[in-house]
Amino acid sequence: MGDTPPPGYLDAASTEALHPAARDALEAAYRAGWADPARLYGAGRRARLLLDTARESVAAQLGCRPDEVAFPASGTQAAHLAVAGLAEGRRRTGRHAVTSAVEHSAVLQALRRRPGDDATTTEVGVDGHGRVDPEAFAAALRPETALACLQGANHEVGTVQPVTEVAERCAGAGVPLLVDAAQTVGRGPVPPGWAALVASAHKWGGPPGVGVLAVRGGVRWRNPGPDDERGYGRVPGFENVPGVVAAAAALEAVVAAAADEEARLAGLADRLRAGVATVPDVVLLGHPEHRLGHLVAFSCLYVDGEALLLELDRAGFAVSSGSSCTASALEPSHILVAMGALTQGNVRVSLPRGVDAADVDRFLVVLPEAVRRVREQLGASGL
Amino acid sequence: MTADLVVDATGQRCPLPIIELARRIGEVPVGGVVLLLADDPAAGPDVAAWCRMRGHQLLGAEGAGYLVRRSA
Repeated sequence: MGDTPPPGYLDAASTEALHPAARDALEAAYRAGWADPARLYGAGRRARLLLDTARESVAAQLGCRPDEVAFPASGTQAAHLAVAGLAEGRRRTGRHAVTSAVEHSAVLQALRRRPGDDATTTEVGVDGHGRVDPEAFAAALRPETALACLQGANHEVGTVQPVTEVAERCAGAGVPLLVDAAQTVGRGPVPPGWAALVASAHKWGGPPGVGVLAVRGGVRWRNPGPDDERGYGRVPGFENVPGVVAAAAALEAVVAAAADEEARLAGLADRLRAGVATVPDVVLLGHPEHRLGHLVAFSCLYVDGEALLLELDRAGFAVSSGSSCTASALEPSHILVAMGALTQGNVRVSLPRGVDAADVDRFLVVLPEAVRRVREQLGASGL
Repeated sequence: MTADLVVDATGQRCPLPIIELARRIGEVPVGGVVLLLADDPAAGPDVAAWCRMRGHQLLGAEGAGYLVRRSA
């Protein structure tokens, strides 16, 4: 690792600070790769070479061919394009889709916005840990199922989904599986078996503005928008060459360090889970075994999620919440609801790569007092 | 099923309905039934989770009403 993340920043699942390798690559690529990569003169060829090299590097990390990878402007846009393109490409097969009830809203919203009144989606339920059952997922596949979507791991509670098992069943049924790998790329091997895959560079320390849309050769994906010769026919508009180059550099750097760093983060997360579990009336969320090593989620009874975030912010900690009692939403997180989990006082702690172990220890000192204070303000002490 | 006590938390935001329920459940004897009225969207999952955590029994939910039997 190069720089350490800012002290108290424990929201890696939202984004990570720019990796030093990405910063260097970005600067170099703005100098050398600013020209139009579609042009045949020298500066254009240099930009094209940088873009193609970065694309090869990302493809190698995903375990696919370079010509299967394109770079939309975000993970969200990648998800929108993946869903719409698969639905369009397989509209003769049918208008049915299968997904899990705990997908990212980018996937769920894209599924809802498919054209046609006959477009339907089966959202397969999850267990109390937020994990789908491959058999239940397979049972939802029908002859008219155009596409299936499953996340690699859940972004709110960290539960890792049985992607390999689901991919096998989808392949058996001839249904292309879109894997939302936004939380998993760069942290370990990408499970094979996906027909399409989406990810987001800023989650692995790349710059914002770079998503990943990978579609396997032979998978029927049809551009849902106007034709455009850019972005390998999948993503419209002038390519963000410096951004893509920096994203590839960050991915190479985090993957090279992943074996050691992910084990270190998992150890810290275990320490966090053990400490959080000692706070009265706090429920740990997510699968005890199949979970992201760097993410710890929990809900606190009799606690207002927003008030708790503010207490933690005052103590210097940046974490996020899926509670409805936070400013951004009136409804509780659809993920916590699908799990049947306690939604109030919800906190997600996700450790950025390079996090100082002292931050974790300090968080465990601050948390019980912050929870106690919020309960006291609500008149809920001792209930 | 008739309730022994009605706790009206209509219009209150999470986590207040659950706090109100916790405050008042002691007013019915063990085995008694409380009807919580709560229209906050988080009330459904949170009443169920609270019952699990406190060992009470969620008898049923209909609209904005939750019937809880005091079991401890």
